[in-house]
Amino acid sequence: MSFISYLINGISLGSVYAIIALGYTMVYGIAKMLNFAHGDVIMIGAYVVMTAIASAGLPPLAAVLLAIIFCTVLGVVIESVAYRPLLNASSSLAVLITAIGVSYLLQNVALLIFGANTKSFASVVPVPALVLAGGSLTISGETIVTIISCIVIMIGLTLFIRRSKAGQAMLAVSEDKGAAQLMGINVNGTIALTFAIGSALAAVAGVLLCSAYPSLNPYTGAMPGIKAFVAAVFGGIGSIPGALIGGILLGVIEIFGKAYISSQMADAIVFGVLIVVLIVKPTGILGKNIQEKV
Amino acid sequence: MKKMSKTTKSNMITYLMVVVLFIVVQVMVTTGNLSSLLQGLLVPLCAYVILAVSLNLTVGILGELSLGHAGFMCVGAFTSAFFSKCAVEAIPVAGVRYLIALLIGAAAAGICGILIGIPVLRLKGDYLAIVTLAFGEIIKNIVNILFIGRDSKGFHFSTKDSMSLGLEDGGQVIVNGPQGITGTPKDSTFVIGVVLILITLFIVLNLMHSRSGRAIMAIRDNRIAAESVGINITKYKLMAFSISAALAGVAGVIYAHNLATLTAQPKNFGYNMSIMILVFVVLGGIGNMRGSIIAAIILTLLPELLRSLSDYRMLIYAIVLIVMMLFNWSPKAIEWREKHLSRFRRKNNKTEEAA
Repeated sequence: MSFISYLINGISLGSVYAIIALGYTMVYGIAKMLNFAHGDVIMIGAYVVMTAIASAGLPPLAAVLLAIIFCTVLGVVIESVAYRPLLNASSSLAVLITAIGVSYLLQNVALLIFGANTKSFASVVPVPALVLAGGSLTISGETIVTIISCIVIMIGLTLFIRRSKAGQAMLAVSEDKGAAQLMGINVNGTIALTFAIGSALAAVAGVLLCSAYPSLNPYTGAMPGIKAFVAAVFGGIGSIPGALIGGILLGVIEIFGKAYISSQMADAIVFGVLIVVLIVKPTGILGKNIQEKV
Repeated sequence: MKKMSKTTKSNMITYLMVVVLFIVVQVMVTTGNLSSLLQGLLVPLCAYVILAVSLNLTVGILGELSLGHAGFMCVGAFTSAFFSKCAVEAIPVAGVRYLIALLIGAAAAGICGILIGIPVLRLKGDYLAIVTLAFGEIIKNIVNILFIGRDSKGFHFSTKDSMSLGLEDGGQVIVNGPQGITGTPKDSTFVIGVVLILITLFIVLNLMHSRSGRAIMAIRDNRIAAESVGINITKYKLMAFSISAALAGVAGVIYAHNLATLTAQPKNFGYNMSIMILVFVVLGGIGNMRGSIIAAIILTLLPELLRSLSDYRMLIYAIVLIVMMLFNWSPKAIEWREKHLSRFRRKNNKTEEAA
């Protein structure tokens, strides 16, 4: 039974990684940049929920909605102030370093407002735990909500990109920016929309992550952010199903590694698997292999 | 005297800059104008400068983004500290011991660079970046679970805890897992650091302008074209990567021999550190060694100089970083600079034409 329970925990953690990885992957697909500040948007989202519930007394659902709106606006502001001017810079590293700067900025703003102390985050999930198999298998409410949200987000996002005009525009921009512009697509607007969606997903991920692991400090988002980035690369960066597969695999490997091998080595195991996968398949599991032409 | 070539002149300016900075700092130390806090920062600063220059070799000359540079520094730091602690009694002369520690640290990091480079350098761009990041984290993780002790029977290894080493009475735990290595002799000094910076610069600048360096830059500019004129891609990529790793190992040796207790924490050997070094490199100018040195010095001192602003200093640091990047790289800012600063530039051009 413990095996199944580890597996479910792994899928749950992996779902959070997958939701974060979606943000990375979409932004990368369109703007060809690694948004290092993505992990910190997660942390900001969680702080907004915490403050909204504790200080403003909002009901949990309203607090989550507020966090989503706040992070969406934040994402768009970051994009237009810090990233857009550098989109056509001669070196792609410039925007990467700016993203690192934004990441430091968000961390330190949170540090100034909320302090360095780790705060406990009260779960916002009202779903009771599910007890199966005569009490030997308990699935917490957070786990159920996390997995369901991940599935809903995946289906919603896929439909959005396949069916809606804005989604098609996103695909077009990620394929060829110049050609998309010639077809009358608002490239800057599409990029801003991508950041908006990615940041909204980050807010959701922040709430889910902190409900499952109830501690929050200004650096909470950094490590999950890096792991989600790993997950996005793992699945093939730029690919949405890849983010799901990468995220879930990463979560399961991490939980199994912690449970069966060594809790200190869990991170090393995750990264080790990543290296093996990339060496066998250099563009990730679902990544497209683009042949270089002379 | 023969007229110096442009590159030689530029290299000389770089060396001279380091020497002048060294003299200025020494004067300030002797006249007591440097706070003890800043004095404590001098040796780590040397390590950061070497790290920045060595990472610039990978990022600027080889053109590959590496996010695991702190991992190589970690290897150099721990192997050399391990050696120094074992050899404290056997080799009482600090200079000789330090020299051997340096060679061991550099060699260990360089070998690590080759081992990691063989699989990693097949990848490209962001995939390479993430794999180097992964290797850096793995190295840090492994160091944290490593326990090594020594008694009359020789060395004992364990990955559990110091008790399971099974040491005899009088045995000594040398590497104590997460507690790291305690009691490394503090042999690093500012003078040694500066000498090592000069040696590093000498190696990197000479490599850049050698036949191998030109081959490496050809690979950076166009891999396929380089391959088609017969340049051995794997060999030169591996060469640049392992030299860069070995130099990072040297920085690790300096860093380790400046601390009473050496531990592998996310702060000093994690990806944060790797990213910080990358920030030095990009801010200083990719491929520009002098820029890396200046950026490393400014960004290391900036948080200390802003100390009076206490809580706000890291915030200001972040804003300065973003603004500097926007100003340096945004096409619009470049256009603005061309327009408004061209007056100065024109003057310069005229003097050059006159000369």
